[in-house]
This record gives sequence, structure tokens and C-alpha cells, in this order.
Amino acid sequence: MAVKDFIRERFFPHIWCPGCGHGIVLNSLLRAVESLGMSKNEIVMVSGIGCSSRISGYLDFHTLHTIHGRALAFATGVKLSRPELNLIVPMGDGDALAIGGNHFIHAARRNIDLTAIVMNNRIYGMTGGQFSPLSGCGVMATTAPFATVDQSFDVAELARAAGATFVARSTTYHVQQLTKLLREAILHEGFSVVEVLTQCPTYFGRRNKMGGAVEMMKWFKDNTTPVGSKAKTENPALIERGIFVQTERPEYCKAYDQVIERAQKGKK
Amino acid sequence: MKPNTKFLQGNEACVEGALYAGLRFFAGYPITPSTEIAETLSARLPQIGGKFIQMEDEIASMCAIIGASLTGHKVMTATSGPGFSLKQEALGYAVMAEIPCVVVNVQRGGPSTGNPTHVAQGDVMQARWGTHGDHAIVTLTASNHQDVFAMTVEAFNIAETYRTPVILLFDEVVGHMREKLVIPAPGEIPLVERLRTSVPGGVDYHPYLPREDGRLPMSDFGGVHRYNVTGLFHDMWGFPSDNPGVVHGLMRHLVDKIENNAGQLARYKEFELQDADTVLISYGSAARSALHVVRNRRARGEKLGLLELQTLWPFPAALVRDHCARARSVVVVEMNTGQIMREVKAAVKNPENVFLANRIDGTLITPTDIRNILRLIQGRGV
Amino acid sequence: MVETQTKPKLKEHRINRAWCKGCGICVAFCPKQVLELDDQDKAVAARPEDCIACKLCELRCPDLAIEIITE
Repeated sequence: MAVKDFIRERFFPHIWCPGCGHGIVLNSLLRAVESLGMSKNEIVMVSGIGCSSRISGYLDFHTLHTIHGRALAFATGVKLSRPELNLIVPMGDGDALAIGGNHFIHAARRNIDLTAIVMNNRIYGMTGGQFSPLSGCGVMATTAPFATVDQSFDVAELARAAGATFVARSTTYHVQQLTKLLREAILHEGFSVVEVLTQCPTYFGRRNKMGGAVEMMKWFKDNTTPVGSKAKTENPALIERGIFVQTERPEYCKAYDQVIERAQKGKK
Repeated sequence: MKPNTKFLQGNEACVEGALYAGLRFFAGYPITPSTEIAETLSARLPQIGGKFIQMEDEIASMCAIIGASLTGHKVMTATSGPGFSLKQEALGYAVMAEIPCVVVNVQRGGPSTGNPTHVAQGDVMQARWGTHGDHAIVTLTASNHQDVFAMTVEAFNIAETYRTPVILLFDEVVGHMREKLVIPAPGEIPLVERLRTSVPGGVDYHPYLPREDGRLPMSDFGGVHRYNVTGLFHDMWGFPSDNPGVVHGLMRHLVDKIENNAGQLARYKEFELQDADTVLISYGSAARSALHVVRNRRARGEKLGLLELQTLWPFPAALVRDHCARARSVVVVEMNTGQIMREVKAAVKNPENVFLANRIDGTLITPTDIRNILRLIQGRGV
Repeated sequence: MVETQTKPKLKEHRINRAWCKGCGICVAFCPKQVLELDDQDKAVAARPEDCIACKLCELRCPDLAIEIITE
């Protein structure tokens, strides 16, 4: 299949556990990129640290596997120095919103043209199952043996408030929607965020008695609903899927071109 | 004044040097006493089509310049002690991934907020060992604006030659003091440009396979070679490996490429060392006072000399040993509790003859301070 | 380009056994119960004649181990 043209086959099978949702995100992303017909040389993928971040090494783009939480800061440097490149930044929930929270809101504020993918499995998988800022209350984790009392972020609301101009959410169950949203996010000019609810059967599912990968994906099916659906008004606990924000605001690199113009006018 | 002669701050001299060297991307965050570097570059870089970005913090600034370096640009960030601490993790990443970049630390006093508007040289060891894990690092310093300019150009040249981050360790006095700078004509100081691979597209390119001369040709992100850059130990393609042979080989390469070239990387100045029985060793603004003492005492017939270090790391141990071989006493003049003194003691044959002349109260060590300490060492009292 | 509305017809389930980790996602969500895990916990097309080539197994496979080849 053509999507295999975008991967580094020699590193497969990948390191993720059986049933890990991150592989499905990878799968959807490949299809989104394939549908765009971009040159692989135009795509730079920047990731941080964690299970999610290993996605970059599997892809045949320019790949930058950086340090925990800082992927967006590295990506900002790549993008501003070469604005013609397409930047995709996959991150885990802890990576993007705990240690990387500051970079997340500031990349959104600048509206720099990066595509941020938050692979939200509500747990730190690579380190063995500690709770994350997206775990929410009542979750069992290795650092919450009596269940969490921490509230979680709503990634979409946070991204909207910080100034992201494209914000969407889907799940690993809803792969067709996910592919479509990733495609739109990459095409969007400005800071775009796609939150993907993804399963960690090994640490989140098992410890929280949610079953295996299949049961967790069924949970995504049963507990989510399209944005603005009637079901949401009847059952506010449902998690909305779809596009939350799609708007236009000056993109950072384009805006900086005006700084260059003004500076050069002032000089001569 | 001639157009290439300027009267400016040391921080501005650093900017002039960076632009001379070809700086095109700067990311920073405000911190005293380095802020003028960011301020000046926010005006100068867009004038030449370069990019300046004020990031959300020091960490992000360091990360952003690493990203921008990978697209083929010469990059720099600037900070002071507390911000330098925040940059350390990403600095280690640049060491591991071998990404050329320049990090300026205009030192101020104390741990924590300390003495932000006053001088100190307390980050010498932070420059050496601030990031985690075994590693080698290059650190340059300067005592006057002509040298700030020259060392800044050197920093870019070394960063490109060795594919490494280079730290410029200035201090508040040098950064804020105003004095003359003569900007060399283009070409007067040779520049090392990014070494790019000659391997054509479609042919296997090894971003981490050194050539015979030890240099590693790079390929810009966005170019024809799609490779992986990681902070994990990696093979010659940049892909993660925990194979003990690969890990050992890369560890040795990262350390040896710097430490084995300590002699070549040593930048220094000698003053009146030919027959000196007392050798002063100093660097940065402290070296200005040390030089004054040497000139002053020489006029009175005392055999005093100064070795001014401009490369602090890798520490030029052989150079120090040779220059101190005939000295009765060696006095390290620095504004900390003896960070370079320890290195000097380790380098010389007779460490019991090494003394410290320091000041740690936020004020510049004066020639009188140094002279008084010399008299004490000589048993003459102040 | 005018798209034809004819449904794709299955030619082959190409399953990469080396990549399949036996998570069972393809088996569970196949709308026609075409797939099964064999005794080595690898996905196999047990009833290919029932396949409607919707490709959901291919799209949901976390291991990129399934490819639906159509005529």
C-alpha cells in the first residue's frame, strides 16, 4: 500500500504494546499525509519524549526526537527559520500539557503554523503508568494508589482559550473521522490542535479495570458524540468529537515577514 | 570616528561579532545583564532578513535555536546564570545530537536571583558540568570588547567545526561596560561555514559518520536527506541504539572530539610571562585588573606576568602547566570561590604554590585588591 | 474526475504476521466477523467470502499489519 512509502519499514514491528492506540494514530496520520500529496522532504516531524514521541522515528520525514515537553519549542525554531516546511508535532498528554504546558499555550497564542497532535491516553506509559494532567479524578495509577484527586484539563477548551485557530478531537475508534481531522489540521494555516483519545491497555486499561484495547475502544464509541449533537444535551458526560475551532488569525511566520519589511524600510 | 569604529557595550560587541560570523536566528528571553543582546538583535536581525523570536522562557529559547540550526542557520541564544540553568537540559541535547549553536551567559552574582545587576564569575563550573551526564563542552570568555567580538566569531567557528554547542561566558562588567570596538573588514577573520554533505539525494547519507578529518557533514532539514535526530544514543543514521558498542563509541566520540583537541581549542593571551616568577592567571573582567597590576608592578621591577585564559573549557591544562613551570607562585584572579583555581592546582606540578585572589561581593576585583593579596602571599603584609 | 459508485471487491487480505501483535482490534470491530486470531494469536481472514472490503480493519490496525487488496 502507498502509505508504506511514508514509513521506515526496517524499524517494524514497532515498540508499542499490543493494542496500543498510538499505532492507530500513526496509521491515520499516514493516510492523512498520503491524501495531501506532499513531498516527504517538505515534512518535519518533531516529538518530545514518551511512548507517543517514538512515532517520529517510524516516519520517513525529517524527524526530530527531542526532550520531554519541548517539542513545540523545537518546532517553533524549525518553522520560523524555514516557514515553507510543514511541521507536525505529535505529543503525549503529559508531554504536551504537564511539562510542555507552557509551550503549548504560547505556540497557540502566537498562532504559528504547527500541527499539534495530542495523543491522550491519560497516563504516562513509558515510565510505567503514572497519572497525567489528563487522567482526571478517580483514576488509579502507580502514583495514585488511592485514586487521583487531580482535576484534568479540557484540551480543546485550553487550546481555544490560548488562541489556537484549529481545534478538533477524535478517537482511535473513529479512524475515518480522525484521518479527516488530521488532514484538515495539516492544511490549516495557523496553530492547529487535534486531541486523539487513544488507549493504553497496558497501564491505564488494566489498572482501571477497563479491559483490553477492544473494550477501551468500545468505551470511546459509547462515550463520545459528534460536536453539537442532541445526545450531548441529554447526557452532558459524553465527550464531543469533531471540530471545535476553525478560524483565521494572522499566522506568526507571515506576521514576522512584516517585521522584516518594516525593519528593512527603516534602514535604507 | 571611522564607520567601522564603534563605542558600545560588551553585549553589543557580542552582537556585532555574531552578525559578522553569520548569525541568522536568535531566540531569547529577557534576563539581566544579558538583555541588551536580545534587544539589539531584535532590531538587527530582521534588517538582514534574519529571525528574532522572544520565547516564553529560557528553555524554549534553547530548544528553538537547536531547531533552527537544523535548517542550516547559524543560531544563538543569550542569558544569565538562572536562565543558563534552565537551558541545561536542551544544551545536553545539542551535545548529544551534535547540533552547532552558541549560548551566551553574561554572568551575574550568586545562586538564585542573587545579585542580578552586579558582576561575578560563578558559572564557570555550571558551563562545564551544568548539563546532565558525561560530556565535553567548549567555553570561551573575554575581558574587553575587541576580544568579545573575536571570541564570539570563534564560538561560531568552533560550533560549526566540531558540531557542538559553544558557550560564551561573559560577565556583567564586560557586558555593560562601554569601550571602543573596531569591527574587522569582511574576510579579515576567517569564518567557518556549515559543512554540508556532498552525498546526493537518493544515496545513503550518514549524519553521524565522521569523515577522516573528524568532521560530520550536515544536511539541512527540508533538504533531500530525511534522517532522524534524537537525544538517545544513536547509530550513524541517527536512529536509537542501546547496543553497548554503539553507546561506548558515541560517548567516546562526543568527549574525544573536544578533549583531544584541547590544545587546538586553547585561546589565550600572554603578558610579560617570559621571566615571571609570579604568574597571574585570570579571565573575563578580572583579567583587566590583573593586567593593570602586572603593568604597574613591572614598572617597579617586579617579575609579574599574566596568562589570560580565553578558552576555559576544555581546560588548557598543558598550557597552564608549561607557563607555570618556573613560577614561584601562581595566583588565580577570579570572581568566585576558586572554580578555575581548582583546575590550575590540578594542572601544575606544585599545587601548593597556587593561590586565589578573588572577590565575591558583586564588585569588580581591583588592582589594589590583587596587589594586597600578592603582598600577603609574599609575606609582606598589606 | 467522475467517481464510479461500484463497491470495491475483495481480492486478498494481506496480513503481515511479523508485524501483527494479536491485539484483536480487527477481529472485534469487523462488521462481518471475517477475521479471527489463530492459535499463534495472529489475525487471519477466516471467512473472506463475507468481506465487504470496508477496510476498517486496515485503518484500525495499530501495527500496520493488514492490507485489504481490492480488484
